[in-house]
Amino acid sequence: MDLILFGIFAVVAVLCAINVVVQTHPISSAISLVGVMGSLAVLYLLLGAEFIAAAQVIVYAGAIMVLFVFVIMLLNAGTEGKKGRSLMVQLLGAPLLVAFLGLTCYFVQRLFPQADEVHFGGFTGGTAKAIGEALFTTYLLPFEVTSVLILIAIIGAIVLARKEMD
Amino acid sequence: MSTVPISYFLTLSAVLFALGVAGFLFRRNVITVFMSIELMLNAVNLSFVTFSYQLKKVDGHLFTFFVMVVAAAEAAVGLAIILTIFKNRKTLNIDEVDSMKD
Repeated sequence: MDLILFGIFAVVAVLCAINVVVQTHPISSAISLVGVMGSLAVLYLLLGAEFIAAAQVIVYAGAIMVLFVFVIMLLNAGTEGKKGRSLMVQLLGAPLLVAFLGLTCYFVQRLFPQADEVHFGGFTGGTAKAIGEALFTTYLLPFEVTSVLILIAIIGAIVLARKEMD
Repeated sequence: MSTVPISYFLTLSAVLFALGVAGFLFRRNVITVFMSIELMLNAVNLSFVTFSYQLKKVDGHLFTFFVMVVAAAEAAVGLAIILTIFKNRKTLNIDEVDSMKD
C-alpha cells in the first residue's frame, strides 16, 4: 500500500518536473511546479512530516506559486524563442547532468543498501507540537534571525519594485 | 504491508534535483530559471525529511522549515528584481541581460 502510494506520487512528481523543464510557456511551468509540490506534500505525509506537509501546501504551493503566477501575468510573459544557449552548455550540459545523476544514484545505493524501510506511521515526531518545541528551544536563535531576514526581504522587495531607474 | 526503501526517496530527490539543474542550464526565460531553483530547493527538502525519518529526529524538519522561509524571502526579492529588469530592459531573456560580461 505504501509502495503503491509512493509509486503514484513519485511518478506524478517526476512527470510534472519534466513538464516544468520542457514547457515553453512560463505559466505551464508554474502549474506543473504546483503539481510537483503537491505530490511532495503527500510524500512528506508518508514520511511522518505532517507539519511540513501542511507548510509545503500553504507556503510553497499557495503563497510562492501565486506570487510567480502574478508576476508572469503582470509581465505578460510569452513563449520563449528558439535561440540556443552557449555552445559549452549545449555540448557539456546533458552528459555532465546524466553523469551527476548516475553518480548520485550509485552513492545512494551504496550508502543505504539495507537501511530502514519507510512505512506510514513509522515516525510520529513531526507534529506541530514537536516542531514548535524544537523551534523555541534548540533553534531559537536561527528562528529569530529568520524574522530579521523576512523583514529585510520585505523592505528589499518594496524598494526594488518601486524604484524608477532611467 | 509493503514498505518503501529509504533509497527510493533519496533517488527521487536526486532525479528532481537533476531536473532542476537541467531547467537552470537550458532555459532562457528568467522566470522559468527561477522556478527551476525552487524545484532544486524542493528536492533538497525531500532529502532532509527522509534523513529525519531515518534518524528518528525532528531536526531535518526544522531545516526544511528554514529552507522554506529562505525560499519565500528569495522569491519576493527575486521577483522584484525581475520586475525591475523588465521595466528597464523590456526583456525576460537572460541572454540579453549580460552587461556584467563587458
